[in-house]
Amino acid sequence: MLLIRLILKNAFRHRLRALLTILGVAVALTAFGLLRTVLDAWNSGVAASSASRLVTRNAISMTQSLPYAYKMRIRQVTGVETVAAGSWFGGIYIDEKHFFANLVVEAEDFFKLYPEIAAPPEQARAFIQDRKGALVGVQLAERFHWKLGDTITLRGTIYPGQWPMTIRAIYRAARPGFDETTLYFHWTYLDEALKKTMPQRAGQVGFFMIGIDDPSRAAAISKDIDALFINSQAETLTETEKAFQLGFVAMSSAILLALEIVSYVVILIILAVAANTMAMAARERAGEFAVLKTLGFGGGTLSLMLLGESMILSMSGAILGVAALTPITTLFARTLTQYFPVFDVSRETMLLGLGFGALVGVLAALVPAWRVRTLGIAAAFRRIG
Amino acid sequence: MATPLISIRHLSKAYRRGTQIIPVLVDISLDIDAGEFLALVGPSGSGKSTLLNCIAGIDTVDAGEILIGGTDIVTLSESALAAWRSRHVGFVFQFYNLIPVLSAQENVELPLLLTHLSARQRREHAAAALAAVNLSDRADHRPGQLSGGQQQRVAIARAIVTDPTIVVADEPTGDLDRQAADDVLALLDRLNDELGKTIIMVTHDPRAAAAARIIRQLDKGELHVAHPAHPEERL
Amino acid sequence: MAVPFAYSWRNLWTRRLTTALTAGGMALVVFVFTATLMLGEGLRQTLVATGSPDNAIVLRKGSETEVQSGVARDAASAITTRPEIATTADGRPLAAREAVVLLALTKKSTGKVSNVVVRGTEDASLPLRPQIRLVAGRLPRRGTFEVMVGENVAKGFAGAALGQALRFAKRDWPVVGVFSAGNTGFSSEIWGDVDQLLPAFGRRGFSVVIAGLRHPSDLAAFKNAVENDPRYEAEVWRETKYYEKQSEMMRKFLTVLGVALTAIFSLGAMIGAMITMYAAVASRVPEIGALRAMGFPRSGILLAFLLESLLLGGLGGLAGVGLAALLGFVTFSTINFQTFSELAFRFALTPGIILASLIFSLAMGVIGGFLPAVRAARMAIVDALRQG
Repeated sequence: MLLIRLILKNAFRHRLRALLTILGVAVALTAFGLLRTVLDAWNSGVAASSASRLVTRNAISMTQSLPYAYKMRIRQVTGVETVAAGSWFGGIYIDEKHFFANLVVEAEDFFKLYPEIAAPPEQARAFIQDRKGALVGVQLAERFHWKLGDTITLRGTIYPGQWPMTIRAIYRAARPGFDETTLYFHWTYLDEALKKTMPQRAGQVGFFMIGIDDPSRAAAISKDIDALFINSQAETLTETEKAFQLGFVAMSSAILLALEIVSYVVILIILAVAANTMAMAARERAGEFAVLKTLGFGGGTLSLMLLGESMILSMSGAILGVAALTPITTLFARTLTQYFPVFDVSRETMLLGLGFGALVGVLAALVPAWRVRTLGIAAAFRRIG
Repeated sequence: MATPLISIRHLSKAYRRGTQIIPVLVDISLDIDAGEFLALVGPSGSGKSTLLNCIAGIDTVDAGEILIGGTDIVTLSESALAAWRSRHVGFVFQFYNLIPVLSAQENVELPLLLTHLSARQRREHAAAALAAVNLSDRADHRPGQLSGGQQQRVAIARAIVTDPTIVVADEPTGDLDRQAADDVLALLDRLNDELGKTIIMVTHDPRAAAAARIIRQLDKGELHVAHPAHPEERL
Repeated sequence: MAVPFAYSWRNLWTRRLTTALTAGGMALVVFVFTATLMLGEGLRQTLVATGSPDNAIVLRKGSETEVQSGVARDAASAITTRPEIATTADGRPLAAREAVVLLALTKKSTGKVSNVVVRGTEDASLPLRPQIRLVAGRLPRRGTFEVMVGENVAKGFAGAALGQALRFAKRDWPVVGVFSAGNTGFSSEIWGDVDQLLPAFGRRGFSVVIAGLRHPSDLAAFKNAVENDPRYEAEVWRETKYYEKQSEMMRKFLTVLGVALTAIFSLGAMIGAMITMYAAVASRVPEIGALRAMGFPRSGILLAFLLESLLLGGLGGLAGVGLAALLGFVTFSTINFQTFSELAFRFALTPGIILASLIFSLAMGVIGGFLPAVRAARMAIVDALRQG
């Protein structure tokens, strides 16, 4: 249609300015997408958690331990199928820069609880059988170029000393979005050593992971478990895995809020750039519009034309920005892998980016389009002369 | 007779577009005395504006020499040429080319910023120039608040404020109605007559040409024989 | 031989909408930049002030934080007898054996749980921290379950106000006092009697020993003696250095994230400036021709337009810094990744940050306006005049 061609030509009438506008929108939208991806990554733990798993920890805080002996009693609560004890080990590999999550767990029960952790059966067996064995995520192994059979040593911070272990199994996430950057080794290895060196710290765990039969009864079962230990030395707090992960995220809520605010600030920046271009374009062509009006084009049509131009520029920028997001995210993921094990651009983020691009296109054209509608022909001609 | 103020010898200039060579000025030789009021006329594309630009030092030549006050400006470097222009040339353009955000007074002061005068001296000179063109009462107005004729007069004030050696005017009346054009031409005439300013004007307006003393015609880059604007005057 | 300043400034003023939008975009970028720096600075100020150069902190070797650390009872007592430690008026060593535990409390602002430091203290604990002053109520009595809370805890957490009682470890702990520790980490802590808190948390050993040195230079001797004694398995830090390290990871994270984001946004703002300046140049071609004809050099034209974009940057910078300055009224509380405990700090604006932000903004203006200014300067006079 002639009108569409006209709109296109007008949008690129000033080629440099059009390209710069598209670029500006693209750059800012990439930043927006990056921010949203960071926010998503922060919440990735929540997304990966299961409704049929509970976490039991010390009611005082996560840094207090629970007696291992609790396991027997928890197992007996109605609805509980599997219980696996574990602790955050927090060991350092080489130095702080090589940070990754490492935990001790009761291997067999742990595997039962986490079908998302998929390792080849013979590796899983080798891991279970070697008390000093380690199970590592495939991304973690790739990061440090570990292979099966390698021996690595962790320097304990909470549990002092050097802790050598052998990599017996490498797992992949059976479900997308599940973390592949953690190292697990045996709680029995830790406990045996503690019995010899620091007996007062032996027999303790950081948490119990609990598998239940009926997710709809999660709240009730949690209450039953906690009821077992009221008025004992270590009172417990049991909640679903999801609630537990949400709790973690909430601790950084201030930072997350700041990031969200900043992401909207970016949109405003884009808007400023786009609105500026459209205002300039409209002002320069006031005379033209007057001529078109004398030819019979209505104010409404001219407004739509301006809107069309604005949309072409902003959507081109949006598409470019969203397209650039994936390669740039991959780049960041490599550097940020220790903070964010899962760092993927979600479809939602891409749609949001495109959506905001469209919104900016409309808003930027709003005032110029309104002006063009109400443009008095004589006034416009007077302005040129 | 005194040596001419401006002496042009064998001036040539051509435009190259790919392999095509389009001649614009062809072997032009011309003398202009001090105090002369010269009009360059000719059809569109005759090269008259180009010749004016070369004399004024804002365009380059391919061959020839342009001696003004003893200096061959063809040999000057770009920055030397800029400095030369600031001292020796005053410009009047068809579309005035005033700075919209500056007042009339400030516009006239502009060329003085390239001199070593103090701020007070600059203001005084500018005020005098504005008085010479009868626009003292509009000193604080911006170009947008002035009519076309008034703007052109401000431009003329700007052109003479440094007391330049020559004043060049490219179609000075091209954008003016008849009354305003007459005012401007009368002003130029006075400047030439009373203040002895050397004025070189390009125009295709016969009325404007008639205001000058001498008319030279260009056609396809070649200069024709001189003839007086008023045939009753002798050359 | 400069084109007058008024030329640059007035042209910005004439096209007010464009100037506002362009400067506005830059202001937003500067805002984020400044806010990030302010956050990092606030964090640093808080944590640096938390320690005292006269104090040494003794931790278990290899532990990164007080919470992870453990010092056995006898070792702790032995350490407090060291000669480098100052003595109080009544002849006792100016040293405190403390227990540090994290307690999960509900944050008022989010309704969710966060970890607050509970510090079991001895008599010397308070004199060792001159930053701490009681602002309401009274000091907890030794031998009781009374506790006092820092201002940020009383304000930010449910059930922790004066007169209320915290409930954990099967009993109530009445809040009898609120203390202020200025802008330091202590304001986010809860203090009680170490002899009551240790059994409540099921511990026998202390977490750390805080020692007040006779003279700050005594640290070397103290450190040497304690670290090399095989019985203790300890490491010693000057308190200020210890707390500075505690903020390292957070600071790095915030700074890297903030600066990376700002760098990307700044591209957007610079492109905005470029668009504006290209348009400015395009609309003033005949003037440029006239100025050049008059004899103004190319450099003069370049500088005039650079000045215009510099002014744009300056406007954006001032607006952005002004906006960010308002954040000075906001307290930021989050969990410190390193210590896993709650920390409250402010956005702190320093002259250095203001300077850095303004320079950043001016740089954006110059970089964005550079190519258009070059275009203005490179024009051939006759071409420029022809456009009139």
